Amino acid sequence: MNKLADKVLMKGNEAIAEAAIIAGCRHYFGYPITPQTEVAAYMAKRMPKIGGTFLQAESEIAAINMVYGVAATGKRVMTSSSSPGISLKGEGISYMAGADLPALIVNVQRGGPGLGGIQPSQSDYFQATKGGAHGDFHMIVLAPDSVQEMAELTVKGFDLADKYRMTTMILADGTMGQMMEPVSLDFEVGEKVEKPWAVTGTKMERKHNIVNSLFLKPEELEKTNFERYEKYSYIEENEALCEEYMMEDAEICVTAFGIAARVAKNAINEARNQGIKVGLLRPITLWPFPKKQFAAAADKVKQFISVELSMGQMIEDVRLATECKVPVTLCNRAGGMIPSPEQVLEAIIKANNGGDK
Amino acid sequence: MSTTQYLFAGFGGQGILFSGKLLAYKGLTDGKNVSWLPSYGPEMRGGTASCSVIISDDAVGSPIVSKPDVLIAMNLPSLDKYEDTVVSGGMIFVDSSLIERKVKRDDVKVFYIPATKLASDNGISKLANIILMGKVLAETNGFDNEESVNNALKKVISAKHSDMLEVNLNAMRIGRDY
Repeated sequence: MNKLADKVLMKGNEAIAEAAIIAGCRHYFGYPITPQTEVAAYMAKRMPKIGGTFLQAESEIAAINMVYGVAATGKRVMTSSSSPGISLKGEGISYMAGADLPALIVNVQRGGPGLGGIQPSQSDYFQATKGGAHGDFHMIVLAPDSVQEMAELTVKGFDLADKYRMTTMILADGTMGQMMEPVSLDFEVGEKVEKPWAVTGTKMERKHNIVNSLFLKPEELEKTNFERYEKYSYIEENEALCEEYMMEDAEICVTAFGIAARVAKNAINEARNQGIKVGLLRPITLWPFPKKQFAAAADKVKQFISVELSMGQMIEDVRLATECKVPVTLCNRAGGMIPSPEQVLEAIIKANNGGDK
Repeated sequence: MSTTQYLFAGFGGQGILFSGKLLAYKGLTDGKNVSWLPSYGPEMRGGTASCSVIISDDAVGSPIVSKPDVLIAMNLPSLDKYEDTVVSGGMIFVDSSLIERKVKRDDVKVFYIPATKLASDNGISKLANIILMGKVLAETNGFDNEESVNNALKKVISAKHSDMLEVNLNAMRIGRDY
């Protein structure tokens, strides 16, 4: 019997919700927005049955502050939204970074800027990977390219958040959220992390724990920043993930994440049929960006092509990681449009014929 | 190793997404790789709806179907919009009780099924989509094994509506035998 038959078909949004429950998340706060509303709908059905909390807040800002509150008590907690809603959560996300609070934030991206549209996009890459709000900070950013990964990276996201006491973001897009694929929900959840810092009541047995992001003495505030960035360096060194597809003999390297990577694989398979040596580097962690794999590839290939559903955002990290040793070109659509495999194939053929300088 | 790309299109409310889901589960039951992607938007009942389904022996790449091997058109705007996108040698299934015109292409196999009329004649007026699916499966070698069709139906019809299983299976037989 094929193992596939044991799997269930789920939407990406539903897979995130179910995986979060498996990971032990019992608190969800959100506000509806297309194309991620199924996360909230699923949680609204499931949470009351398992003793959890689902709450539709009065706004995104309220929801992220509820997340802050639960995270401070050490419980696993999440919220989800789509692009404009994530912007609203920005203040809370920065406060959580300043207070070193772990939580999972899901962004099922749609076209922007502004209220934009509701079709898939990847134009929140800068927002997600460069901090996303005021102050010096990072989130760990995970980019699934299948419904199975939507589930697996949700669990991993909670584990990483607890391990490093920081927020993790799942950066998906409308396609990933809406599509259904077979999913196996049989996976491991990491070991429980002790949280001695959590605000759980002293019971008169210990000193007060204080969770706060306000430091009025600049010397103290600077110290927290330096300490946080030491942690970030460790994460950059140890947690970067990247899928390599047909890279062994590749002379051209396509790079893409999420839905763009799925489209790129179609184009790469066709280019391989035509005898073109092309492969794919797919960052799974967007922060930390998998710099080492890109640096290594830069010594082997003659051109990079960054396929994105944006005006070109990840391309900047590709150029930094490869130190511009070889040309890096952009193959993109924006505003809710998705590049076709033919468009990507055309870019590959052009690169193979000498390419852009 | 083969991959078949299906595009379902029609009005919202005709069961376009449901049909796609049924086909995806049929593929899954048969041990294939599958993907299902709906059009999503502000459309509601009466608007346009479409749904991409890919069934493959290999891992599915992009889930977006822009050049379908099989098009299932349940209204005229859908046929107008997608007729030219079907690959040469592909198949087009038309609900001929709702679409009066013929398909213009001569390099594709065309099946005209008056699914909506068959449904109302049989007292199952909401199941035109399922009748059409019966024909689609029959013509794509998906109806060789009725048990696997039944298993797929069991996956998409919730336990609450299990009384509808037999009705749906019958609708599929009507399409198959048309």
